[in-house]
Amino acid sequence: MTDMAPLPARGCGATPVLKERGQREVFCGLTGIIWLHRKMQDAFFLVVGSRTCAHLLQSAAGVMIFAEPRFATAILEETDLAGLADAQDELDREVARLLARRPDIRQLFLVGSCPSEVIKLDLAKAAERLTRAHAPHVRVLNYSGSGIETTFTEGEDACLASMVPALPETSERALLLVGALPDVVEDQALALLSALGIDAVRCLPARRSDDTPAIGPNTVFALCQPFLGETHAALRRRGARPIPAPMPFGEEGTTQWLAAIARDFGVSAERFEAVTAAPRARARRAVAAAAETLKGRSVFFFPDSQLEIPLARFLVRECGMEAIEIGTPFLHREIAGPDLDLLPEGPVISEGQDVDLQLDRARAARADLTVCGLGLANPLEAQGLATKWSIELVFTPVHFYEQAGDLAALFARPLRRKARLKIEAAE
Amino acid sequence: MKLSVWTYEGPPHVGAMRVATGMRGLHYVLHAPQGDTYADLLFTMIERREERPPVTYTTFQARDLGADTADLFRTACRDAVERFAPQAIIVGASCTAELIQDDPGGMAETMELDIPVIALELPSYQRKENFGADETFYQIVRHLARPMERTARVSCNILGPTGLGFRHRDDVAEITSLLADMGVEVNVTAPMGASPQDLTGLGRAHFNVLLYPETAEAAARWCEKELGQPFTRIVPIGVGATRDFVAEVRALAPAATAPSEEGLRLPWYSASVDSTYLTGKRVFLFGDATHVMAMARVARDEIGFDVVGLGCYNREFARPLRALAREYGVEAIVTDDYLEVEQTIEALAPEMIMGTQMERHIGKRLGIPCAVISAPVHVQDYPARYSPVMGFEGANVLFDTLVHPLVMGLEEHLLHMFRDDFEFHDAAGPSHHGGGAARAESAGGASPPGPPEDISGKMNGADALVWLEAAERELKKIPFFVRGKARRNTEAFAAQRGVQEISVDTLYEAKAHYAR
Ligand code: SF4
Ligand code: SF4
Repeated sequence: MTDMAPLPARGCGATPVLKERGQREVFCGLTGIIWLHRKMQDAFFLVVGSRTCAHLLQSAAGVMIFAEPRFATAILEETDLAGLADAQDELDREVARLLARRPDIRQLFLVGSCPSEVIKLDLAKAAERLTRAHAPHVRVLNYSGSGIETTFTEGEDACLASMVPALPETSERALLLVGALPDVVEDQALALLSALGIDAVRCLPARRSDDTPAIGPNTVFALCQPFLGETHAALRRRGARPIPAPMPFGEEGTTQWLAAIARDFGVSAERFEAVTAAPRARARRAVAAAAETLKGRSVFFFPDSQLEIPLARFLVRECGMEAIEIGTPFLHREIAGPDLDLLPEGPVISEGQDVDLQLDRARAARADLTVCGLGLANPLEAQGLATKWSIELVFTPVHFYEQAGDLAALFARPLRRKARLKIEAAE
Repeated sequence: MKLSVWTYEGPPHVGAMRVATGMRGLHYVLHAPQGDTYADLLFTMIERREERPPVTYTTFQARDLGADTADLFRTACRDAVERFAPQAIIVGASCTAELIQDDPGGMAETMELDIPVIALELPSYQRKENFGADETFYQIVRHLARPMERTARVSCNILGPTGLGFRHRDDVAEITSLLADMGVEVNVTAPMGASPQDLTGLGRAHFNVLLYPETAEAAARWCEKELGQPFTRIVPIGVGATRDFVAEVRALAPAATAPSEEGLRLPWYSASVDSTYLTGKRVFLFGDATHVMAMARVARDEIGFDVVGLGCYNREFARPLRALAREYGVEAIVTDDYLEVEQTIEALAPEMIMGTQMERHIGKRLGIPCAVISAPVHVQDYPARYSPVMGFEGANVLFDTLVHPLVMGLEEHLLHMFRDDFEFHDAAGPSHHGGGAARAESAGGASPPGPPEDISGKMNGADALVWLEAAERELKKIPFFVRGKARRNTEAFAAQRGVQEISVDTLYEAKAHYAR
């Protein structure tokens, strides 16, 4: 379609994967609520869990957004554990109270946790019952964000997948963008697609429940995030067809992602070039600035969000970095395929975790930059390794052309910082 | 089932982590799902720890349930002992593991490890973080400490400081040096900095200094009973309490001498004229009971504030707190529901809050300055500089802490004089004091919070009141940092009298009414 960089002679598509099953140092899927509740402006997330779950949400949020947020935890107590029937009644009561106080809420997600799953509290049944009770104003859905089922971003996947069966049916030929993006980034994508002549574009999740997309056999969908495997499968079950592509990170990723969609919609090469030339050039320039710091440096990814493979592809191909190990909590072959094919052979691809062994590898590798979770960052910094907190990569706008430079800069900053600090005596 | 948004305390196993992380040579094997590892970041990020907490989480998954979660635990336990070579381990379950009833304690005990194995039973669905810390420390002490010969010179143990504590690092340093000044040696400080080996020597001390009752009272009581060590009841926060503490220590250790008060500045700073303006400022206190009770005394007796209300989130200490509140002639609130705390503050409309990071946020919303005096902690509560809140230097720190959020003395007058100056017009806002504009706080990162949402759902009582134009203009002349209060007072005054329209007269009548 346009002057794409060639595929590497040997990509990572066939690289054997180091599978690990040991102690993991990752968030559970509840964490996704932090960004999902900001995206879906009339949704409330009610975790049915323990004090630990409430504490996790509070700690992961890092700051307390002190207007009452649109999430809360219904903390199970001794009595709820004793009688499940009563727990259902309690839940009804809490939900009724909540909805009475918050008439702005149109969608309520009951979010399962480890405790609610272990005691087999049936939240699907509760959601059905509560939907009947509060229809038509509020729709109640349920999904699991528990740590025994989901890792970090898989919570968003479970949330979106739970919405799919309830989406209205349509035969319209339309494109569905899948994944919760910051509004500003989503708007950029919509503007680009519109300039390409693709105007029938819907988003999952929608910002407000009135804009809930309809889907059907003429829907094609493009994932904006790599961690949406369940949603991918659920959409297919509804007859929608995926457009496989690398993830829209960096200039190259965005171009290939757009190109895959453009091909599907029969956009001419000229038009594609006309629409993308300027933002591509801008993105390249912006990336080049940060790439000066990154070029030739090595990077080691701890598993966290499943963004690791596409991000490594971006860092290697567009910023000139060398990847040593790319850890991912879960490798979805089909979704990660296009990114893996672009990634030149070399790095270890690991799936799952045994954190102590992985720390040993990271310390031995002493990469110039180690991308890891907040629990590991300072201990590694204290050993002289520069780190990038991975959680920032899901909280910050990093998709598409206009953020490509920011994305590169996120990785460059720890290195620039390390180079800048000179605390020894001058002598 | 209880709906909760923000919590003052984490689950009890986080309390156990605070003990383990504070100590050296101890490892915690925690039967828990992967998501519970978030707790590490509390220590590595908030406290900027350079090492991972010494915790191995089994991180069992759904597919392990019913099959081999017990095996997973044994493997994790064996691996941890091998890799970290601890002197002792504590083992326990998080809330989820408690439900699957694998009995980590029982399993670990049958593994024939050649180090002490201390099993923890922390009821996750009933108790909270402080209980978890207290119980954990008690269990460790009970397992390891034995009666033994006392040190030749008079010595004590310092009990209570943990990881993630409010100013524990500096409090310990301050009290250690105070005791040294009195000729009392510290035998062991624990949990913070102690190894299991050190704890076996607890019995050598002549008495115990209980710095943090929340986290070490059970251990102190056990030592009293089993090791014959009396312990101090007074927590040395503030000048008066520090002097009382000194007297208490001297009663326990007659050989101890009086410490120097040379560096103590609070009494003079409070007496100096600039502080006149602090007199009778209405303050509300909330936090853990120990800090609140001690700070109430500082606020009233050492700064000259009026205590208009106080409360704590840890029910375990409700009784002494209520007794103290009665003594201060105010109502005590004991709750872990921050919405309730917020309502109380709103109703009392204090001029300053002495609270936790939660109240700091509440204060921001309500436009009331807040000094942070208690956990739960935030990265800001770990200043790079030395800043204890205990002992004589702690008293100095407290003076600064309490005065800083208020617009001070002369400055307040100057602001009045220059109130029409462009620098002080509305939009200018205070340059660094938290008290002024109740702006929404930035959430950091990419998603700034939206406009504050109405959380109460109740009707604003002032809806029926009308401000006449002249009164509104007059109100605008009042400096921005007291305007909110003037508006609230006037409206409350008008409402009380059934006045519907607020005129300039109403404004000044209200001012006269509230003047003291
Ligand atoms: S891992 Fe499970 S118990 Fe822990 S916070 Fe997540 S959902 Fe709650
Ligand atoms: S807020 Fe302004 S006037 Fe008050 S101390 Fe700070 S700089 Fe001075």
